[in-house]
Amino acid sequence: MFAYILRRILQSVLVLLAVGLVAFAMFRFVGDPIDSMLGQERTVEDIERLRERLGLNDPFPVQYFDFMARAVQGDFGISYRQARPVADIIAERLPATLELALISGVFAIALGIGLGIYTAINRRGVLANAIMSASLIGVSLPTFLIGILLIYVFGVQLRWLPTFGRGEVVDLGWWTTGLLTVSGLKSLILPAITLGLYQMTLIMRLVRSEMLEQLRADYVRFARARGLSERAIRLRHALKNTLVPVITVTGLQLGSIIAFAIITETVFQWPGVGLLFINAVQFVDIPVMAAYLMFISVMFVGINLVVDLLYVRVDPRLRAER
Amino acid sequence: MTPTLSIRDLTVDIPTRRGTLRVVDGVSWDIAAGEILGVVGESGAGKSMTGAAVMGLLDRPAHVSGGTVALKGEALDPNDEDAMRGVRGRGIGMVFQDPLTSLDPLMTIGDQLTETIRRHLPVGQGEARERAVRALEEVGIPAAADRLDAWPHEFSGGMRQRVVIALALCAEPDLVIADEPTTALDVSVQAQITALLKRLCRERGTAVMLITHDMGVIAETADRVAVLYAGRLAEIGPVRDVLTDPKHPYTQGLMGATPAASAGKGRLWQIPGAMPRAGSLPDGCAFHPRCGKAQDVCRRDPRPEVGRAHPRAACWFPVGEGAEATA
Amino acid sequence: MTDAPMLDVPPDAPVKPPSRWRRMVESDLWYAFRTSPVAIVAFAVSTLLILSAVFAPWVAPSNPFDPASLDLMNGFTPPMTPNDFTGATFPMGTDDQGRGVFSTILYGMRISLFVGFMAVAFAMVLGITLGLIAGWAGGVVDAVIMRVADIQLTFPSILVAMLIFGIAKGVIPVQNRDDMAIWVLIIAIGLSDWVQFARVVRGATMVESRKDYVSAARLAGRRGPSILFRHILPNVLSPVLVIATISLALAIIAEATLSFLGVGAPPTQPSLGTLIRIGQDYLFSGEWWILFFPAATLLMLALSVNLLGDWLRDALNPRLR
Repeated sequence: MFAYILRRILQSVLVLLAVGLVAFAMFRFVGDPIDSMLGQERTVEDIERLRERLGLNDPFPVQYFDFMARAVQGDFGISYRQARPVADIIAERLPATLELALISGVFAIALGIGLGIYTAINRRGVLANAIMSASLIGVSLPTFLIGILLIYVFGVQLRWLPTFGRGEVVDLGWWTTGLLTVSGLKSLILPAITLGLYQMTLIMRLVRSEMLEQLRADYVRFARARGLSERAIRLRHALKNTLVPVITVTGLQLGSIIAFAIITETVFQWPGVGLLFINAVQFVDIPVMAAYLMFISVMFVGINLVVDLLYVRVDPRLRAER
Repeated sequence: MTPTLSIRDLTVDIPTRRGTLRVVDGVSWDIAAGEILGVVGESGAGKSMTGAAVMGLLDRPAHVSGGTVALKGEALDPNDEDAMRGVRGRGIGMVFQDPLTSLDPLMTIGDQLTETIRRHLPVGQGEARERAVRALEEVGIPAAADRLDAWPHEFSGGMRQRVVIALALCAEPDLVIADEPTTALDVSVQAQITALLKRLCRERGTAVMLITHDMGVIAETADRVAVLYAGRLAEIGPVRDVLTDPKHPYTQGLMGATPAASAGKGRLWQIPGAMPRAGSLPDGCAFHPRCGKAQDVCRRDPRPEVGRAHPRAACWFPVGEGAEATA
Repeated sequence: MTDAPMLDVPPDAPVKPPSRWRRMVESDLWYAFRTSPVAIVAFAVSTLLILSAVFAPWVAPSNPFDPASLDLMNGFTPPMTPNDFTGATFPMGTDDQGRGVFSTILYGMRISLFVGFMAVAFAMVLGITLGLIAGWAGGVVDAVIMRVADIQLTFPSILVAMLIFGIAKGVIPVQNRDDMAIWVLIIAIGLSDWVQFARVVRGATMVESRKDYVSAARLAGRRGPSILFRHILPNVLSPVLVIATISLALAIIAEATLSFLGVGAPPTQPSLGTLIRIGQDYLFSGEWWILFFPAATLLMLALSVNLLGDWLRDALNPRLR
């Protein structure tokens, strides 16, 4: 068990080193940093001095090591476009994205599992079949279209909810939150639904098919033969077994929520890191792109690690074997 | 005395797009308290379907379409899900084939036992746990009190089947239906499990319906044996009589195809042809296309039935009764 | 209960199973198609859309990118309503520059579908090649390829595509960016989507290469590549076909998303996503048709291809997941 966790952590570090290599390669070889940092009027000495100062004359592994060492300390260089430290820009944008991801993640998991159970149990029901058909459209519907549709219905036609920005935020010093003001909460609704809907559909379909499979399993048949109530069989036995594989996929989905926030943030002009990233891509702001890549991989790797530990916690078979 | 289980003309149908399949066709038998009835037949003969029908555990769209089932004289309606839920576990216990998949892998065996006990008996958690320990001790689990909090995967296959039997018996049912309880086990463990089942039922006076395709298990365990063919009862009688002096040609063929019964005769004898599938049964006796001594009467309805054709066998020309010559 | 069957065929004769393509066509596929209304409708809709995109120059009332055919006076004409100034009528209205929305959709779909098909083709070739290599070579080669696949699979493909697009944009000189945008898009989406193909092909290669007929072919002196292409590839055809269909739907959506975000097709070559991006600006001012028709087209296209892929997966039932 301990060895298993250690191995997982080691794997995570390896993944981060690999992603770091990609980020570093971008940083170093895409768009000459000298070009971006010095204007048109420059001398050969200027260039040489800057190369020396940035360590561009060092051997590749040394540069990579320096890059990673600085990255670990949160130093990702200066944004080409905003001429400020990338770390500062990301830090001030981070709360918006994390709050959005958290709310839509909770929405996706709660509704996804609930509807999944409902559609599995009422497999032949009219409502369950309607939900399943709708979910198929939901999977095919690009996220940005969902966002536009919601904006049109609730923003343009009904005028119930704001369609862009975060609303009023409260500054806690190290964190700005929109969860404490009415306008902040109202602003959160449409983006959170947009971002969570796709993941919700996926989780729902997964829970449904997994639950149907479990309900066909021998131990469920045996539980029936023991005379247990249908409620106990479904909720105490089948659901628990359903959740084991669901945890893995759900964990990965939560990671994707942060990445897919790029689209939602663009549609709703949500001032988070996703919008920052897409602007960086448009203007080839390499340090921001590299930093975002590192940030998102840390998030993914962290979530994966938590999922693995949760998995061991839920399934006694893994506890014994590993 | 009222038999523990009494089924009469039990019929199970599966409606399909191409017509209704009759997978169990007019099966009748009684099982007395403490008696073990072995049910044998090829796969597809309707053994498991009969067990599931009595238990009310048929998978839709299969359903009981005729006949009666009575437990200790009281009629059951196997199609009534709500009523059957009270009978399962309490009135009738069931043991399935594969102990590896019968237990919920994510619940300790103690919890699975106590949830079953508390479902059927008016006892508290503490009392239920004590009963659970006793149930495990009775099926021969060593250090039962310590193993209560163990997970299913921590037991071997044979031990798991003991746990499954404990679960089936923990609410003290009157009847146990054991569907191929030893098929998935190691040969060395099979005998222990059948012996255990036999001992427990004798001690408690529980009736047993033992479904198997293994004639050896029947010979060792059962008091009486019922032979099913194509969903119909071919022969039923005391084990010794049926095994040593089969009356139905199909039973005779079965004996010939069992290694122990034909030891030393060289190659195993095999019944020519294959069992017809439900939905494509011939008129008259279902066995006649494979039977060496079939006559015209065998090909016509009404078909032979146990009691009408012969006291023990559903055959117009029972083996060794000298009737062949007359027809 | 029955005797062990006697072997009539000598066991040493290697029998090559009939190719999966033939079995697939001859078996239940055609029957499954005829009896599935969803499949028929999905096939009809996607075929109709693809054909009208391919023949856009003949189907479209005008070429929206030919400045001579444009009249700014026609701008913002609602659908099926004569324009106040010119009296011209457009089936789906016009956009801000007086281009018929119907025509821009047909031309936009051309670009969407071109990018989609090319990206899937690229992903397929890359994935199959790497999958075959990994499955056949095994060892270190296999480990490296599959590790890269694992790491890439950790990230959503749309993010990978954006990164590749961003990097390419940094590498390509500014004056060539618009010209090369479509190809960058194809490579970005293709590179983000090869893993599925590689996984299935690798798995099948490992299974197949252990079978008797491959050993027999090896013993008969056939060399690796020849065995791979003549024996193993036909066997993975049906799962690859399923993945390709589903990938096409995903690629169309990915392209539309990237273009919508402004990191895809340039305004000079607008795809459906670009059109939606343009239309979004007019949502608040009431010119809904500029957005609605491209969005509905994209939805129909993605949904029909997706349904077709779903149906194909169920019909062929390869264990994909």
